[in-house]
Amino acid sequence: MIVKREKLTFWERLYLPAILGGFKITASHLVDTLFRGNNAAKQTSKGYYPEVPWTVGQNYRGAPYLVRDQEGHTKCVSCQLCEFVCPPKAIKITPPGPDGKPADRANAEKMPQEFEINMLRCIFCGFCQEVCPEEAIFLQKDYSLSGLSRQEMIYNKEKLLSLGGTHGGIQKWKHKLEEAKEQENFPVKV
Amino acid sequence: MDWFNHLNPTFQSLIISTIKVVGVFGAVLTMFAYAVLAERKISAWIQGRVGPNRTAPPLALKIPFLGALLQSWGMFQPMADGLKAFLKEDFTPNYVRKAYFWLAPAISMVPAFLVLAVVPFGSKLGNEPMVIANLDVGILYTFGIVSLGVYSIVLAGYASNSKFPFLGGIRATAQMISYEIAMGMSVIPIFLYVGSLNFSDVITWQANNGWLILYSPISFVIFLIAAFAETNRLPFDLPESETELVGGYHTEYSSIKFAMFFMGEYAAMILVSAMMVTLFFGGWTLPGLSTPASTIAAGLLHIGIFVAKLLAFMVLFIWVRWMLPRFRYDQLMDLGWRRFIPLALANILVTAVVLWMKAN
Repeated sequence: MIVKREKLTFWERLYLPAILGGFKITASHLVDTLFRGNNAAKQTSKGYYPEVPWTVGQNYRGAPYLVRDQEGHTKCVSCQLCEFVCPPKAIKITPPGPDGKPADRANAEKMPQEFEINMLRCIFCGFCQEVCPEEAIFLQKDYSLSGLSRQEMIYNKEKLLSLGGTHGGIQKWKHKLEEAKEQENFPVKV
Repeated sequence: MDWFNHLNPTFQSLIISTIKVVGVFGAVLTMFAYAVLAERKISAWIQGRVGPNRTAPPLALKIPFLGALLQSWGMFQPMADGLKAFLKEDFTPNYVRKAYFWLAPAISMVPAFLVLAVVPFGSKLGNEPMVIANLDVGILYTFGIVSLGVYSIVLAGYASNSKFPFLGGIRATAQMISYEIAMGMSVIPIFLYVGSLNFSDVITWQANNGWLILYSPISFVIFLIAAFAETNRLPFDLPESETELVGGYHTEYSSIKFAMFFMGEYAAMILVSAMMVTLFFGGWTLPGLSTPASTIAAGLLHIGIFVAKLLAFMVLFIWVRWMLPRFRYDQLMDLGWRRFIPLALANILVTAVVLWMKAN
């Protein structure tokens, strides 16, 4: 569609209405902030940032952390899907290998020997959370990550798990285990 | 003062000039520091923020009430900014042309300070006129030197040897050519009225006949708009234009070298504000306060009036930054060449005809 352009009047071509409009809106904002104390910090959280931390929204995507299940077991099974999907290659997983430590929960095949997220690389896109078949990694609400060195900003498995906390929901492998046990009894209950 | 009167006149004027130079230099640097604070505060208010209100040197908060108040106004922020500029890593990329790279920031402030020497900033303190150099060709000198301001930008653009500064430098030259002519021609009617190129005479004439903005408002409008282009402020900050050219001509600069460009920009703002005050708004005079001061107090009052007018223009410069979007490159050239130059010429002609008819 061709948009018909209105011809500007002489008054408009003088650019003065635009200047007046600009003056009006900046002046109104200035008066509002300066004399009525109506600044953004006060409107959103009744105070200024370092003293009054920002309350993030429900769907906020902060730093990704690993979570444990209700029984305190590592949920991650070291499938490395998140490592492959991660666009900035921030995640690095070291799998346990053939003779590594077994998973700390029943019926899971393995758990990562080491799980590192470089928070300087992470772009908080949420692909890892989306791709995880085990619901083991979640973007949480931490938005203020800081450190004194690059090394410090690479979070390891221990740190990620302690920051992540527990996450409820279905316990897939526990469920499967119960199903398998059920099948031992004959005849099978349906 | 006895020892002073015994010195020979050359020494006396040397000492007095030195005091004036140091005074103006110090005043302009202080004004620069607090203009940056004002810019940050005013922009914050316009955008619904609070601006710098945290900085305080140790012990300052021990002062009851006043310390916390100054902190919330951000009064200590310029100190922190200055310290930061000195202490940051001064990084020189290895692909730059070293000599010019160092030279460009060094000359960025020079033109503004050279020109401030001829602007009268007060009437008299004692017997001394409050102007560093009372030049008879003040305005010619001014326009001659102010044009040199662009060299630091062009040099920075060339020396950086990278694309964004280069584009910034090119834009600066084009902008300067488009505006310098209109700016120079806009003040010619002033001198048709006054009949002298000396800034002090311009002020004396305004003291007797009223401010020149009443006689020649079109000159003022052209001069004001050209001044925005001259100082590279929005809406004409094409050499810098952060959104398109990263940082424009000072992309590759860091630390105190960057701060020098910053100072150059603000010194230029102070300078054109001072020029507008002198040329159109009566300099240090106010209606009823226009005879040269005979007492020290009156002399200080005149300096105060001049500074107050100058600061009003500084606020205008800062405010307009948030009022208008940046002009496109070709729009700016169009405005300069096809609108303002003919307008300035017509203005000269009309003024000349009016004055000629009055004389007959």
